[in-house]
Amino acid sequence: MSIKGQAYIVGAFEHPLRKIADRSNAQVHAECAAGALTDAGLSKDDIDGYFCGGDAPGFGGLSLIDYMGLKNVRHVDTTESGGSSYILHVAHAAEAIAAGRCNVALITLAGRPVGMRSGLGAEAGQRLSTLPTESAGGGISEVPEAGFEAIWGGSSHNVYGMCAMRHMYEYGTTSEQLAWIKVAASEHAQWNENALRREVVTVEQVLNSRMIASPLRLLDCCVVTDGGGALIVTRPDIARRLNRPRVKIIGAGGSPKGPMGGQKLDLTYSAAVWSGPQAFAEAGVTPQDIKYASVYDSFTITVLMQLEDLGFCNKGEGGKFVADGNLISGVGKLPINTDGGGLCNNHPGHRGGITKVVEAVRQLRGEAHPNVQVANCDLALAHGTGGLLGARHHGATLIMERE
Amino acid sequence: MNDADTRESRPARRIPAPAQNEESKAFWDAAREHRLLLKHCRDCGKPHWYPRTICPLCFSSNTEWKESAGNGEVYSFSVQSAGVPAPFAIAYVTLEEGVSLLTNIVDCDFDQLRIGQKVQLKWTATSEEDPPVFTFAPV
Repeated sequence: MSIKGQAYIVGAFEHPLRKIADRSNAQVHAECAAGALTDAGLSKDDIDGYFCGGDAPGFGGLSLIDYMGLKNVRHVDTTESGGSSYILHVAHAAEAIAAGRCNVALITLAGRPVGMRSGLGAEAGQRLSTLPTESAGGGISEVPEAGFEAIWGGSSHNVYGMCAMRHMYEYGTTSEQLAWIKVAASEHAQWNENALRREVVTVEQVLNSRMIASPLRLLDCCVVTDGGGALIVTRPDIARRLNRPRVKIIGAGGSPKGPMGGQKLDLTYSAAVWSGPQAFAEAGVTPQDIKYASVYDSFTITVLMQLEDLGFCNKGEGGKFVADGNLISGVGKLPINTDGGGLCNNHPGHRGGITKVVEAVRQLRGEAHPNVQVANCDLALAHGTGGLLGARHHGATLIMERE
Repeated sequence: MNDADTRESRPARRIPAPAQNEESKAFWDAAREHRLLLKHCRDCGKPHWYPRTICPLCFSSNTEWKESAGNGEVYSFSVQSAGVPAPFAIAYVTLEEGVSLLTNIVDCDFDQLRIGQKVQLKWTATSEEDPPVFTFAPV
């Protein structure tokens, strides 16, 4: 069974705030759900499928389903794959719709790593990485790799840093080339009034920013923000009844990657080498056909490796591909992350997957900011990496078409 | 803990005690004796990391512990310099036996660290009660 043409994204919403100290996490989930329903022209009681990731407070999706009063939900999916969860959720929603399990699927994300530092119920802030932690299967001692890995001070910064270091070693990739990815993000973010960082930066400014975890500098890293987003996925006949431009789901892929026994460790590629071809094969299109791509940008190196692995350029040539403004809308060959991406705009709750789909939907609808709107944007891709690129991560690819 | 202990047995970054469970007990018991054990599979003939009872390469349960010589080279590394009390180096080291493991590189000038550099096992203490951990230092 293919999901090609079986479901449409009819509602997309990105929370406008980047620091939220005066609300609860569930409240932000609900605000995002309401925003996506309004966008779609649907109401709460139309929802019969609910999808959420590990950011959802409470027991699986049950707390939020009850909190929001989603009384007609009959299908629930709590797939957790970090920042890529929400891209997988779109694919899983399309599968569930194609199989007749639900008709109108809601996907939500909300996180307040900044806002949680103050206010009633303040905590130290969400954990910064997906290194081993407690789970329903037991405490940290029952996480099988924890004793061997959690002791080394691993953070998202230094684990992605090791990927960048090895990519530079094998392919001659440079910090200057990585800096172009941040430059492109900042060129786009200047037009997004909700973006956390709207200032345009130069390659030199990136190279002169302080070192965080070699070889990654401050401006190689995404922003830390509160916020969230929501998506509505539905059946073709319902999509046709709604008064919105139609975004058809035509292909998806997903795959995990990990050290797998420590043999032949290779940090220079990501799970996109598997999820990308799956999605392109299902969609029946090639990377060269894609007019716009949302590519997960937790760090600059994340973008570079994923672009190679998705087939936008040859392996090892990502450095050359991203340089000289090639990712800037109206300038280069492959405009990406025209909202400013995680590097400048938003990385709500340390999870950027939903904003990747939201901006792709804006582009396909022709609703991106006029200064970054890609002309005749009829085919778009969203790709996410959840978890830790240099340890265990999950790649998710989604291909969408304007109908 | 006195000052001499701090200088001699602890790197700049205080490494926490490792989480242990029944499956990893033999590994950490050997670590207390400064022996780095790898799991090898008698059926596929290969070592794997981190150690499991069932081989993740061929799924055989016919696995055995063997001591590693502790020699390897740096596969990749990153020196964390922000948000920490003192810089430290996280790294993947590929052992001569053929497996790569996550570790810290200690007792060196981080500016001189290079991919491909030869390193050797160096046990680092965690606490009085808990086993030491397998760090590496340049040869």
